[in-house]
Order: sequence, then structure tokens, then C-alpha cells
Amino acid sequence: MVALTIPSIGRRAENTSPPSAVAEVMAGCSRRLIDQSLTARYSDWIAEALDEIQGCFLITDPGVAGHPIVFASHGFLAMSGYSREEVLGRNGRMFQGPATNRRSVLEIREAIREERTLQISLLNYRKDGTPHWILFHLFPVFGVDDGRVAHFVAVQVPIPRRSRSLSEARCGGARGRLFGACRNEVRSDCDLGCNLAADLFVDVDNRGLEAEESREASEQEKERASDAANSILSALTQYSKLTGRVVSSQRSRLAGISPLSSSLILSLGRIKQSFVLTDPQLPDMPIVYASDEFLSLTGYSRHEILGHNYEFLNGPDTEVEVLHQIRQSIQVECACTVRLLNYRKDGSLFWNLLHVSPVRNASGKVAFYVNVQIDENTKSDGLGLSPHMRQLGVVGAVKVAVRSLSLCAGPSRPSS
Amino acid sequence: MLTIKRVPTVLSNYQEDSGESRGCGRNCLGKCCLPVSKLPLYAFKSDARPEISSSGVDEPPSDFFLNSLLLGGWEDRMSRGLFRYDVTACETKVIPGEYGFVAQLNEGRHLKKRPTEFRVDRVLQPFDPAKFNFTKVGQEEVLFRFEAGEGDKARFLESAAVGEANTPSVVAINVSPIEYGHVLLIPRVLDCLPQRIDPDSFLLALHMAAEAGSPYFRLGYNSLGAFATINHLHFQAYFLTMPFPVEKAPTQRIPVVKGLSQSKVKVSKLLNYPVRGLVYEGGNTLKDLSDVVANSCICLQENNIPFNVLISDSGRRIFLFPQCYAEKQALGEVSQEILDTQVNPAVWEISGHMVLKRKKDYEEASEEYAWRLLAEVSLSEARFEEVKAYIFEATGLESEEEKIEPEENKGTPHQSSTTAVAANHFPEGCLILQ
Repeated sequence: MVALTIPSIGRRAENTSPPSAVAEVMAGCSRRLIDQSLTARYSDWIAEALDEIQGCFLITDPGVAGHPIVFASHGFLAMSGYSREEVLGRNGRMFQGPATNRRSVLEIREAIREERTLQISLLNYRKDGTPHWILFHLFPVFGVDDGRVAHFVAVQVPIPRRSRSLSEARCGGARGRLFGACRNEVRSDCDLGCNLAADLFVDVDNRGLEAEESREASEQEKERASDAANSILSALTQYSKLTGRVVSSQRSRLAGISPLSSSLILSLGRIKQSFVLTDPQLPDMPIVYASDEFLSLTGYSRHEILGHNYEFLNGPDTEVEVLHQIRQSIQVECACTVRLLNYRKDGSLFWNLLHVSPVRNASGKVAFYVNVQIDENTKSDGLGLSPHMRQLGVVGAVKVAVRSLSLCAGPSRPSS
Repeated sequence: MLTIKRVPTVLSNYQEDSGESRGCGRNCLGKCCLPVSKLPLYAFKSDARPEISSSGVDEPPSDFFLNSLLLGGWEDRMSRGLFRYDVTACETKVIPGEYGFVAQLNEGRHLKKRPTEFRVDRVLQPFDPAKFNFTKVGQEEVLFRFEAGEGDKARFLESAAVGEANTPSVVAINVSPIEYGHVLLIPRVLDCLPQRIDPDSFLLALHMAAEAGSPYFRLGYNSLGAFATINHLHFQAYFLTMPFPVEKAPTQRIPVVKGLSQSKVKVSKLLNYPVRGLVYEGGNTLKDLSDVVANSCICLQENNIPFNVLISDSGRRIFLFPQCYAEKQALGEVSQEILDTQVNPAVWEISGHMVLKRKKDYEEASEEYAWRLLAEVSLSEARFEEVKAYIFEATGLESEEEKIEPEENKGTPHQSSTTAVAANHFPEGCLILQ
């Protein structure tokens, strides 16, 4: 069965094993990507600068497959009980547990998908398994050059248990729930009922922390979160100027038009097979996305091929009729499967079982073409799916991602 | 006799000519063909896994096995022309507003055909082999079998002999898809179960949600009377990579004294949503959660209350909506304007995904329209509280609210016979013309 989670590093990280041993254990994501995620944009001094900021926070990189944590503050590690090695490279959901409110998880997932700020109370779990309430403040940091989210920052402020009298609960309720920039504010009219119910429930069942539906953050805690967020943003902005890859808290309108949103890139990054997306609306139908597996298969690096036409894989021995067949299919917006001889960057040849298919977005029109490659010589994945089925699986996954993620509020006329 | 004209949806290519009985050798899903056939088989790990482990993944890699199998198979059937239309060519948008209802313009989904009679005043109706059912579906519409395996790992066999002893459950395409990847889960197809929930089948559906592992892959169920189109047990499922409006709605926990505390299943009431409903989550195991919901559904079935079920968040959150739209329609209580949009409010519509047939409706679609339509579906507050009480009694729960104010607890459903209380809303002999 496909391993879905990165194996827990656990105790091994606590002894003095060298970093390389730990790196091997981190299945599914390259340690180098994690290390470079910050330094490539903010310079080598960023870690030191971040270490000086008080508070518990994490920084994640949505551009790396799996959306891993690339930085954890000292405060966070102390609060959670994990070591840095146990946390880097993992996804933030590792701190969720059985009593974490599922709707809150949905809100976080959507804030990430929509690239916006969110402030929410959340029940998280420490390494020893104990739950604790935190005020979770998430915000994106955009690259000014390309308008994409460079990193997400998650500030966490512990919310201590406060003794509840009924009147206090009422006051807490009347102050209203947390309102962040999140669209889906919880209605305040349910507050009273909820808090009372939670009180009674706690009294009757006496199950403690996990029985609480929610825990309000105080103004003080919200301020702490905002302050930390501002300090972090300030540090990131400042240091990004050193490398020239400047960031900002707002997406710049001057950024070059990037056809792919972060959320689409995140979704595509989960498809662990060789494929590229090309854009038929742009001149010469350039590649706008290439999977890591495509890069390994062909030997090119991403910046060498983005923006270029897919034809660089072809060469003198590539059958012209097959290329013609592909072009014809594209002209009539149909899918095709062909077998052709392709060239890697180093000049070596391979037989490519190529499947090309149009991909429509929410408007119903063709937005991209997906090209899925299979090197004939590669062994089957042992899971039992034929290569062709695996290719079609990629097409399906891409179609779902492109269609759903291009959905946005469309205009509606008022009825006449 | 009251009648309602309803626009039907075709789920299988073989549904349109259900009148003819073709001999076998057609490679169908009946007893004649299926036991001697070979189909891909996905056998999931069947030991009751702890429902929520913190290492559980919200969104596994998109090439996660089950998704590859399902989406790859679906794309394959598309290339073979088995669908009535290309759903990705249908324009779709999020309706501006607070909740983000999703509207789709799909002029091809609804079939124009001569109406056939289909009783909708009874939630439980016996299976009728003469009417269309899934044993008549061709095997090319089946993607794979989905059943519990032995052992602690999931297995996949690309071609497994079905055999005589097995009661295969299959996943088939929906030829009138509402979205890319729309499939039908048909438990124990050869047993010809009518459209009614039983604990084993519901557990199978939850397992599928859990195996797919993506919160964007949901399963849904419509009872008879709540716009199920075929009286042969089936669930539907598809991918939509955004939250459904109902998933975003706030909820309020219903505190319980006893009953649920051992299984740790939590029941909440949906708030600020046009359709009243219950939300189930938690549970020590998938089966614990499944059993509570299944028993709730069985209670509704036995009280002749139509309902819809949405399985979301990879099987962690389940929404139950008792509804009464068909009854209102029969009594002429729904406005013509709403009827003209020809939207049958089944589980996907209730959850917030509406397929509109006319361009005008699509272009003018507003959150206000969605709210108005769905408000017609909902039980009234009073009726909902009544129904909730039946459910609590049937599932062995005692609500905290009841305990605190026993004097107000009149009408405690201790009567064994509930048919009288259910007060059959339909005038006798109400039919819907399909």
C-alpha cells in the first residue's frame, strides 16, 4: 500500500545522529528543498533573524510538494514538545488530533487554498499526545515578482483555560467569536447557546479539554498574535530585499500574469508522475507546469523549460507522422495516445508512451493540454495498474484540479 | 390522485431501454453474467481502524491509489464515449454570496422521456425486478469492485474472478454526471436490495470515503421520496475541490447524557442553513459512527420520512437531512417560479451544488434563489424537533435538554407504534410522474 505519511522520526532525532541519517528518514521530500526554501529568498541570515522573534510560529512552503514546514521557532518547539528535526518537512496537520474541530480544519484548508489570512481557535496536540487550545493566525506572504504565495506563516498563541462562571461564559459569548479575514464567520447568535451547552456538557461528562467545543481567545492573545505576525512579516520583507526576491503581505497587481494559482500548483504537485501542462492560449503553446518526475525523466531543470514549447523532447529520429497526429488531435480538441522516440537533455533516447489530452476549466473551455509521459523501459509500479490506466489517472486528477480550482464567483444578473 | 411531474435523470446507458429484456451474453451485472465474470477488485483493509488518527492525511497525493483507479477508469470510459455528455464542457461558477453555492449550466443532464409511475409517498418500497435496476447495467460501466478484504493491507487485483460465493459490491460510472468522476457505489448488487439503508451497506460507503482519503470526495444518498431515481440500493460520489456550502455552516452540539458517550459519536444541529439537519462526527471506530447514522436513517425509513445523507470529510462528518419537498410539491405548495427551474433537491442540491437546465436560470442564479429553493425542502422547526426526538430514541440516546426539563418533555416517543405519530403527510395514493 502506498505510504501516505512521512514516517515519524520520533526518538531517533533526539540522539546525536548526524543530519544525513535524519534526511534519509524524511521520505517524500528533499531536505535540501526544505533548507533552501528560506535561504534562497531571504538569505542565509534569515534563520538568525527569525530566532530573535518571540513567540510560537511555523513557516510553510506551498511550492514544495506536500506543503511542508520549513521553519519552526524555538517557542513553537518548546510549546509542542517536538524537536526541529521532527517537524521540518512535515505538514502542519500533524498537530491535529481526534478532538480537533473538523470545521476549523476545513477553514484552514480553505484559507490556504484561497491564499488569505485567517485567525481561528484550534485544538492542537503536543508530542506527548496532550491537547491544548491555541489561537491560530495564518497569513500568506507573496512574491512581488510572480504574485505567487512564497510562504505561509502560522503564528500560534496558547489560550489558557479560564475558570468559567455562567456569566463569564455569557460575556465571552457576547463578545462574539473570532472574526478574522475569513469569510465564514460563525454567527454570533449561536454563541450563548453553545457556551452554555459546553458548560453543561463538561459538568456532566467531566471529560475535560476535549469536551470543549471551542475556546475564545482574549484581546490580549489576539494582539500577541498580530504583533508576532507583524514582526515576522517585517523580517521576511527586509531580508527578501537582500536576494532581490522581494515579498509583501499583499499580492502585487504589477506581478506578471501567472496562469496557475498556488492552490493549483499545490494540487498538481501531489500527482507523482511525469507530466506537463501547456497553454494553448499563449503563443507557441508553452509549458506552464512541469512535474518533478518530468524533470527527472528528461534531465532538464524547471527554469530551462517553463515558457518553452514541448517540442524540445523531439529530435531527428522522432517520427514526423506521430507529431502530425498529435497536432491534429490538438486542433480538434481531442485526446490521443502515441508512442514516439524522445530525447533527454543529455542526448540519450527513450521510447515515450505519450498521452495528450485537453483540459477544460470552469468556463467549459479548453484551458490547458496535459501531456503525460511514460518511459517504456520503466518497471511497472507493482500496484497493479497498467501504464495506460496510470496515465489516465493523471489526466483525471488534472482535470478535477483545473476545473474545480478555476471556479470563482461569477457574475449573476438580477432576475428581470 | 395527486401527481407530480418530475424530470428524471438517467444514471445508466441501459436505463433508457429498460423495457426490453435482452438475453444474456450482454455481460451485465445480473446473476447470469456477473458470477462468471472478472472485474478489477479493490479490497480495503477491513479491520475497524481507529476513526481519527492524528497522522491521518487530509489530502493524500492525487495519485493515491483509489483515486487513480477511479479517475483513470472514468477518463477511460470518457474516451470510450460512455457518457451522455462531457461534463467538463459545462460552465460552472460559484454564486456570489456568503455561502458560495455552486451552480452549473447543464442542458443535457435531464432526459425527455415519457413519464413512468414511481410512488413517492412511501420511503420503503419493495424491489421490483421489472423496473430498471443495476443488474441490467453493462459491465463496461463498472470501474471496479469495492469490498472488504482480509488482512491489514488494502489490495488491488486488476482482474479477479467474481465467483459464485461472492456478493460483489461495485463502483460504476454515472452516465449523467454532475461533475467529473461521478460514480455510483452499489453494495451487493446481486442481492437486489431496494433503496434503503442498512448498517452493512452504510459502513461500506463510509469505508469508501475513508479510502479515497480526500475531503473533496463525498458520497451521497437519497431515499425514495427524496429524489432517488432508482429503487436499487446505491450511493453516489464525485470530486469537487472546494467546500460545499453545507460544510461551512456552523453547528451546535447536542449534548447527550448517555448512549453516545461510550462510542464517542457527537451529534450536532446544523445552524444558519436553509435545510435543517443533523451532523454526526467522532466515534472510536468507523463502525461506531456508521451504526449511529445507519440507525438514525432506519428510524426515518420506518417512520416514512424521506431523507438525504451527505458523507463528507473523508467519512468523518455525516449530514442527515430529513425533507418534505415532494410532499409540498404534491400539495401544490411550491411556487411555480421555483418549479420552473426544474431542480430536484436531492443530496447534492441540498449540500449546495445546483445543476440548472436553463441558461436564464444559470445567469440569474443567486444565493437568494438557492436559499428559497432549499427552504422548501426543510422540515419546519417543530417537525424537525419531533423527528430528532424519534431519532434519539431509536439510537438509544438521551438528550441533555430532555433531561433538564422533563416537564416540557411531552410527546416522548415511547409509543411503540410510530406510524400514527408520523402522520402520513401524503394523501393516500400520491404519485410522482417520473
